[in-house]
Parts: sequence; C-alpha cells; structure tokens
Amino acid sequence: MTDNVSPLRLPAGSAGIAALSRELAGLIVTALNLEVPAADIGPDQPLYGEGLGLDSIDILEIALVVSKQYGVQLRADSEDNERIFASLRHLAEYVNAHRTK
Amino acid sequence: MLAYRAGKPVLASQFLADVTRLGPLLGDGGHVLNVCADRYRFAVGLAAGLVGGKVSLLPSTRTPAVIAHLKGFAPDAVCLTDEDDSDVELPLVRFPDDARVARPGKASASMSVPQIDAGQRAAFVFTSGSTGAPVPHEKTFGRLRGCMRLERERLGLTPGISYAIVATVPPQHMYGFEASVLLPLSSGNALCTERPFYPADVCAVLAAAPRPRVLVTTPIHLRALLASGLAIPDTDLIVSATAPLSAQLAREIERRGATRLLEIYGSTETGSIAVRRTTESEEWRLFPGVTLEPRAEETWAHGGHVEQATRLCDVIEVLGGDRFLLHGRVADLVNIAGKRSSLGYLNHQLNSIPGVVDGAFFHGDADTGEATVTRVGACVVAPGLDAAAIAAELRRRIDPVFLPRPLLLVPSLPRTSTGKLPEEALRSLAAAEQKSSPAR
Repeated sequence: MTDNVSPLRLPAGSAGIAALSRELAGLIVTALNLEVPAADIGPDQPLYGEGLGLDSIDILEIALVVSKQYGVQLRADSEDNERIFASLRHLAEYVNAHRTK
Repeated sequence: MLAYRAGKPVLASQFLADVTRLGPLLGDGGHVLNVCADRYRFAVGLAAGLVGGKVSLLPSTRTPAVIAHLKGFAPDAVCLTDEDDSDVELPLVRFPDDARVARPGKASASMSVPQIDAGQRAAFVFTSGSTGAPVPHEKTFGRLRGCMRLERERLGLTPGISYAIVATVPPQHMYGFEASVLLPLSSGNALCTERPFYPADVCAVLAAAPRPRVLVTTPIHLRALLASGLAIPDTDLIVSATAPLSAQLAREIERRGATRLLEIYGSTETGSIAVRRTTESEEWRLFPGVTLEPRAEETWAHGGHVEQATRLCDVIEVLGGDRFLLHGRVADLVNIAGKRSSLGYLNHQLNSIPGVVDGAFFHGDADTGEATVTRVGACVVAPGLDAAAIAAELRRRIDPVFLPRPLLLVPSLPRTSTGKLPEEALRSLAAAEQKSSPAR
C-alpha cells in the first residue's frame, strides 16, 4: 500500500467518516444479502465473529466490493485484518485513507 | 529447497534441525492438535510428530464442543500453536519462534533424514458425522505418501524440478494438508509458508515465489482473484478443489493467469482421488487403483490409497474405465467453502440447545449463480430465546460457516402428522417469514 494521500481523503473524525460508514453498511448488506437493515449496523459494532457474525468468506466479498467501489486493495499484511474489520468505523477510516476513487 | 518464506529459501537441513528441536517440546503424549497457521511451522509440527510416533489430529473446526470431544478421544493430546493466545482448551505447546526457526541459509552439518514406517499412523482427520460426535478417519503414512506420488504425477509436476507451491487454503484442511504440505514434502517440491487471503496478497505471494510455481486454491479465492481485476502473476499451474468450477470460470482463469488449471476431486475420508482439466473435459479421471462402485443410489470409493471403502457425498455417474461425472451433492449434504456437514448434523446441534423446542436447517437458494457462496438457513421454535442467543449457542457447537442465514423464529414447524418435515413446506415457511420481516 502506498502512503500517498488521496485527494478524496476526508479529514479523519469528520462527518465524512460517518457518511462513508453508512455507505459501506449499505454495500455490505447488499453484497452479503444480510437480513439486518443497513441502518441497524452500529458504527462500533464488530463485523467479524460475535458481532455481525461475518466470517472470512464474507470478508473476501467485502474486499471485492471495496476494491470496485473505492479502488482499495485490502492486504492482510499491511494492517491487521481483524483491526480493519473490528467495526464499520475502522473499515471506513481505512477506506478513506487508501481510496483512489 | 524445502520451503520459501517471503520468497527466501529454507533448506531441508534447517527443517530437520527445527524438527529435532521441536520434538522434545511435544511431550510424552501420543497426539498433537496442530493449529499452526504458518504452513512451515505446521509442517515442522507434523514431521516432529511423525518422528516421535505421535498422531496429528486434524478436526474440521475448533469449536469448544469439538475440542471437548477431542479431549475424550485423545486424553493425552496437546495443542501446538504459533499464536500468542489460543482459546483451545488443551495443554498448549507454543512453537518456539525465537529458536532460529526457518531462517534462510546456515545449513548445519549433514543430518540423517528420519525414516518413517509406511504403516505408521500419521494423522486422524475428522468429519462431522451425523449426530454430535466428530468421526475420526485414520491416515497412515504410507498411504498418504502413495496418494501424493499419484497426485504429483496427475498434476503433471515434472520429477526433478522443484515447484514452489503457494496455497490459499489452511494446512489443516484435508485438501490443503495434501496439496500444500504433503505434496511438497514428499515429492521434492517446496511449500510457501504464507497463506495469502486477499487477491492482492495472493498476487504478491505468487510474484515472490520463484518459478515454476503452483497456486493451490478454491473457487471462492479464484472468483475473488478474477473480480479484483489485478494482474495475476504468471503461474505454471493452478489447482482448485472443494467445489467444482464451471468450464467458463476455468477458461477465464487459464486465460488471465496464462496457465493450466486442474481440479482435484476428493473428500476428507478418501483424500484426493481424481483430477480433471476443466477446460478440456467435464469428466474426472480417477487415480490409479481407486475404484468407484455404484450401490443403489450411492457411490462408494475403495481401493488404492483409500483407507476404507467410503460413501461419497455427491451424485456420481460412473462412466467407463477410470472416468466419472459429478451431478451435484447428495440432498442432506451441506458443503460451504470446503467444509462439509449435513442437515441432519446441524439439526441435531440446533435441537440440543436448551430452550429450542423444534428447529430445522434448510439449503439456501441455489439459483444465485455458481460463483457465490450458498448458505444455509434455519427455522426455530424457541419461545423465550431470541435469535442472537440461539446464534451464540450454535457458534459454540458448529463451524461459523454453517451459522444459519437467515435464522427465523417461528411459532411451529410445518410437520406432517407422522412428524416428517417436507423440505418444500419448510422453505415456503421460511420464504413467508422473510417476506413479512421488517428487514430492509
């Protein structure tokens, strides 16, 4: 992953992260065919395991969506998988920092 | 060359030294649950077990319920792990990561390669069985090695050339155990210790591996790789298993990877038993010595390296000679991401949860296209429990890939007067419940 700062990058902690989180929640619910309404996924709810109950197959699916939508290629060794997917907020922050579109 | 770590070679002498060093740490017991995520460390653990006369335990999942069962099956088992914390409730043996493990170079003085008896029990692999207890299947060293000799030949790996084998599958799963650990160790090829996950990781690990190189993977990873749009590094062979690929997807992979794609068919009980090149034929070709035998509605495999005559969980059309066709799974079978279970087993687990009055799993819609993963759903009668509580209980008992989506709470199941539950009635109930739920 490069350290280039994307022109699309939002200041961290801004309302932009919240908006991006909502957008991601919608994409995740659609991609995975989840029963949960996107609005019910809290920004700090864990996505993996106990929280939303996603597993590694889902994570791969989300990675595809994120690469298509934002041009972010997730890498397991660049940051810990479990950290990125610890919550919607973490995922949004990661995407925001690395997006190319 | 025995292995590569981040593209750097690990010599056989290093491996032998690591095996020798690990041996005494495994203690006096006869069984090792080897959960090392790092493929090289897994291989060291396996070899140290073989040298010390210990049997490796390879369960399909590590839920608390399965670990509790393993304890009963092999009370002397220890768990070999390369992670800092493990929630496996067995005596833990930590892989000695500070002990110059898998450092490239520095060949020590020549060491003799330990000889293992062909009849020695190398591993127990487990299937989920139909009720509760996992079922052990014995794997002897000689038959595993014999199978790998055939696999090398059928995959067309040239003897005398060392292929670097990259794999996206875990070493503990029967397919990964064979193709990504035993195959390189027993045929003079090299394992790559990483287990790349995201498409970008797969490309990076492939690119770092010297040629000729092989990618051992699954339809799920291949589909993700194609969809990522990334350039797939030239790969001499791609091997896929766990679910059949369509000819179309196979063609796409061969084109994009400028490679040959071979599929392996097998099962936990039998190991690999057949190969096909999907772009050339939908017919599978059996390994020499293995026979398929139709028995009523079922197909059984026996002979060759197959330890025990085994009923296969697929609908199979046996053609002449060593050829056959696959026509989907047997109705009760559930196969998600290379993990196998049965509706019967899942129902048993669901109904053993205190508070569950009645409950049944059903297959998800199969018409979502072959590439996407089809999950299972469940209807549950459990007054006083909510879906989250049931899901949490299931999580302790079954592998997470089988957690029901959706999990629907219903007042009763549409059983007939004889107590039977027609699949159609169950699916209609589920469809009606989903429609009436407020989600989305």
